[in-house]
Amino acid sequence: MTDDIRSMSAALANDPQSLVFLDLAELLRRRGQLDAALKVATAGVARHRKLADAHDLCARIYSDLGDGEAAFDAWMEALQLDTTHLGAHKGLGFLYFRAGDLPRALRHLEMASETNPDPGLELAAARVRRAVEESAREAATAESPTVIAENDAAREIGTDTVAEPVLDSAPPQTEAALPEPAPASDAELFAGFEGARDGLLLLDPNGLRLGGGIRNREGADVSDAVAAHLAGVSREASRAARLLSLGPWQSVAAECADGNLHLVPPSDSAVLLTVRDASVPAGRLALLADRAGQAARRWLERLA
Amino acid sequence: MSGRYREALERVSAVRGVQGAMLVSASDGLVVADSLMEGVDGRAVAALAASLAGRLGRTTESAGLSAPRVVHLRAERGSLLAVPAADDLLVVAVMRADANVGLARLEMIAAAGEMG
Repeated sequence: MTDDIRSMSAALANDPQSLVFLDLAELLRRRGQLDAALKVATAGVARHRKLADAHDLCARIYSDLGDGEAAFDAWMEALQLDTTHLGAHKGLGFLYFRAGDLPRALRHLEMASETNPDPGLELAAARVRRAVEESAREAATAESPTVIAENDAAREIGTDTVAEPVLDSAPPQTEAALPEPAPASDAELFAGFEGARDGLLLLDPNGLRLGGGIRNREGADVSDAVAAHLAGVSREASRAARLLSLGPWQSVAAECADGNLHLVPPSDSAVLLTVRDASVPAGRLALLADRAGQAARRWLERLA
Repeated sequence: MSGRYREALERVSAVRGVQGAMLVSASDGLVVADSLMEGVDGRAVAALAASLAGRLGRTTESAGLSAPRVVHLRAERGSLLAVPAADDLLVVAVMRADANVGLARLEMIAAAGEMG
């Protein structure tokens, strides 16, 4: 055991609430002591559940261990706690990239780049963007699939957050769970509905936007932040309903003093969120959500 | 269970179609007190309700709204309702599809008010 590890272990033993576990687990990870690193990191997460860095650390260790599904979940947790978390966006960007879902990979890389202007990240995002554009062109002309500059982009995205050899074994489970990308234009999704861009949001099971949008009272677009919190809500609602023998879930609603929120599942692979201010009663919002859900279902069926 | 909690939960449980009511710690999803019908897994209900309420709380905050006053999961054969109360507590009820949800909601809001 080196002095660094020994001293950090002693500090952590002396004060289990200390954040030194982040440095200790990271050091162990870099030295390839992955089981020990994971033990330290998961204990840290148990004590600091709302610390996004702790979930990010766990995700990187899971990734190094080749458990892409666990890494994916841990990065999603990190994003739920901090929607701008750099490591989580980079990690998810790379997982999506390896799974071949370039639009989502690009979205995460762009979000990472926005919060942390970095030439390496911008270069990686630019390469993935070119690949997305190329794919779109080829799809339009029904030509053979593009061979993208995968290795170059992977090297740029990987940097020191994710070890490239591990990501070579990106999890098939994650890939299988990823829904098909949304079409380039979603303008027709909620055509004719009031609030199509500021009160209706269609998202996939991983909390990524498929269409629509949500704005707060100041007019800022909060769609991605809201969607990140709803990642996995469908699974959670299904689980709750199943455990209580209530059958398939039909809606989840939240009544607030200044507004109401209503979720419906237009399909097994999507959730629709409807938000209105308090002038729209919860009952009326439910009817509106049902109608918007039918429109979303038709739109999703056209994609299939 | 203290008499105050018991009375409040029993009023909720007395509403037609309500299978049981419970008081849950919102932050860790543990049961504080319950008045449940046999066959309802209280610990599972508590954990799931707290998780769902927490997730929706973070969602409404992100959307620029205040914290939820009522959370309602509706399913084919029934509902789960959760109403936040003081001291990090949630009043939670499970009910069948034929329950009087409106009355249960009012009783739960009243019960939550009594916890303060």
